[in-house]
Amino acid sequence: MSGIQESVIIRTVVRIIVPFIQLFALYVIMHGASGPGGGFQGGVIFGAAIILYAMIFGIGEGKKKMSDALDKILASTGLTIYAATGLICIVCGGMFLQYGAVPLIPDNPAEVSKYLIDLVEIGIGITVLAVMISLFFNVSPPESEPEEAEE
Amino acid sequence: MTGFELIATHLPILTVVVPLIAGFLTPIVGWIDRRLPWYWVMLAMFVVLLIAGNNLVTVINSGTIQYKLGGWDPPFGIEYVIDLLNGFVCLIIAFIAFMVSIYSKESVKKEVPGKTTPFYSVFLLLITGLMGMTITGDIFNFYVFLEISSLTAYALIAMGDRGDGVVASFNYLIMGTVAASFILLGIGYLYAVTGTLNMADMQNLLPSIYQNKVVLAALAFFMVGFSIKVGLFPLHAWLPDAYTHAPSTASALIAGLMTKVGAYAMIRFMFGVFTPDFVITTTGMTNILAWAAALAIIVGSVLAIAQSDIKRMLAYSSISQIGYILLGVGLANMIGMEGGLLHVLNHALMKCALFLVAGAIFYKTGIRNLYQFKGLGKKMPVTTTVFMIAALSMIGVPGTVGFTSKWYLALGSVDAGQWIFVFVILLSSLLNIVYFWRVFDNIWFGHPHEIEHIKKDEAPLTMLAPMVILALLCVFFGLFAYYPVHYVIEPLSVELLKLGGMP
Repeated sequence: MSGIQESVIIRTVVRIIVPFIQLFALYVIMHGASGPGGGFQGGVIFGAAIILYAMIFGIGEGKKKMSDALDKILASTGLTIYAATGLICIVCGGMFLQYGAVPLIPDNPAEVSKYLIDLVEIGIGITVLAVMISLFFNVSPPESEPEEAEE
Repeated sequence: MTGFELIATHLPILTVVVPLIAGFLTPIVGWIDRRLPWYWVMLAMFVVLLIAGNNLVTVINSGTIQYKLGGWDPPFGIEYVIDLLNGFVCLIIAFIAFMVSIYSKESVKKEVPGKTTPFYSVFLLLITGLMGMTITGDIFNFYVFLEISSLTAYALIAMGDRGDGVVASFNYLIMGTVAASFILLGIGYLYAVTGTLNMADMQNLLPSIYQNKVVLAALAFFMVGFSIKVGLFPLHAWLPDAYTHAPSTASALIAGLMTKVGAYAMIRFMFGVFTPDFVITTTGMTNILAWAAALAIIVGSVLAIAQSDIKRMLAYSSISQIGYILLGVGLANMIGMEGGLLHVLNHALMKCALFLVAGAIFYKTGIRNLYQFKGLGKKMPVTTTVFMIAALSMIGVPGTVGFTSKWYLALGSVDAGQWIFVFVILLSSLLNIVYFWRVFDNIWFGHPHEIEHIKKDEAPLTMLAPMVILALLCVFFGLFAYYPVHYVIEPLSVELLKLGGMP
């Protein structure tokens, strides 16, 4: 394990590649409304980028980029975005998740659906990436601080 | 008033969405102040209780509610349907969960220290899963919620006794996954032959292809899958460990609700996806179910006698009680069905109260071995009185809920000409007396010199209140069984058996 972490080649490659993985993740998320892809897949890719970073530079470094508190907040907000989108549709007189009911662009419910589906995908993506990362940190060896510390 | 009317049409979806959002906001609430999640969960569960109550009243007054998600019409989109059956089960879920959430404050603080926030978060997600399973009219959506409720249940159980809890949770995970695979296979088979995922639509399409082997296989897979989920006798191996080693709060919730929702799902699939004709006469599935249930009733009771850990004893007793519910369904006549459905409510009340009592005793004394309960009657009079009422109800003493459902079941057995089931119910009641008497004996009749210096040391009020309410309801519904039977159970049984067509 330490051998891999000390390799200059791997460290350099990972440092270069991580932003591109994240960019690709954003592409997959935004692509979800009109083609293959979506929030879940994109979130997993985004989470994988940070997990890769943490694997190479150590759990401690990884937690500096993605602290437990931030992780928790992201996991909560992601799904709240999703549910809130559904509830907005109710407030605007439609059914739950009936995007067309939201009068965002007059006379073009299909267009509104597209944007709101993107919003839902983003919400799902955020939750998935946060949960992926917290799963990784939770099963990682105890270089990290113990779980009980929070209370 | 317009505000309420705006919300009123959306209540079916809110039943699921409220606990979902609340569950995901719990980490933030707990981050602000770690004492808040308890109030937060109680608030959420109270709202859900109001919604579920309103749903059932609406159904009783004006018939089935349908809700189209995203405005898509039923056979294509996901549809939520609330009729008497799931309105009734939803209200039970909401009520038991509310009671358990009140109770949970001290118990969770002591049994899962440092993890109260995640506990409550998972708690709410479990309710989301159970509500979703109950309320959905879409067969694949059902499977998704089944997985949500199972995964959260594994997590809750794993938070229990150090070591044992994880093992129990892992065993349950294996068995639960096998069950879910069977159910998913069944769903896949039905989807392959009908091309629809909507339960009502499927029920219309299936009768023309009942000779198809694929349909028969699907029915068999569903029955096996749900039998594992409810812990029907030969497939019960995961249940005792899971109930015993989970945190007290989780035990009460899971014992009170998980198996009931499993039983609901079984009823729904038998009579709401397939038709009564098919499961009763064509395949004889109900007959098989009745015999399996009768076996579960006897074996569960006998095994309960052999236990000295109170939670394990209650777990085995659950196996036998689930048998009562499924016996009622398996009898497949009007009275038997009424007894089975009534027992869903009754068993949820009784078993939840008993597990809460076991948790309260464990909280105060740290004892779970019932032979060490000597003198508890003097130390914790209210708690032990609740235990006695609920236990008498389990035995089936007239005036308690246990009596009414057993009475209906016995009448149903006579009606079906199956006298052996009457004997089974009677024998099981006698066995119940045997295993509960050991507890009474230790609680009330300890040796005087052992108990004379014991001081009164009752559980905190947040624990006592829900237990007492549940015990009072055990008596109330025992004396006034008319209300649930007249408004819900009777029309429901007619609907399930004669007309067949459900959502």
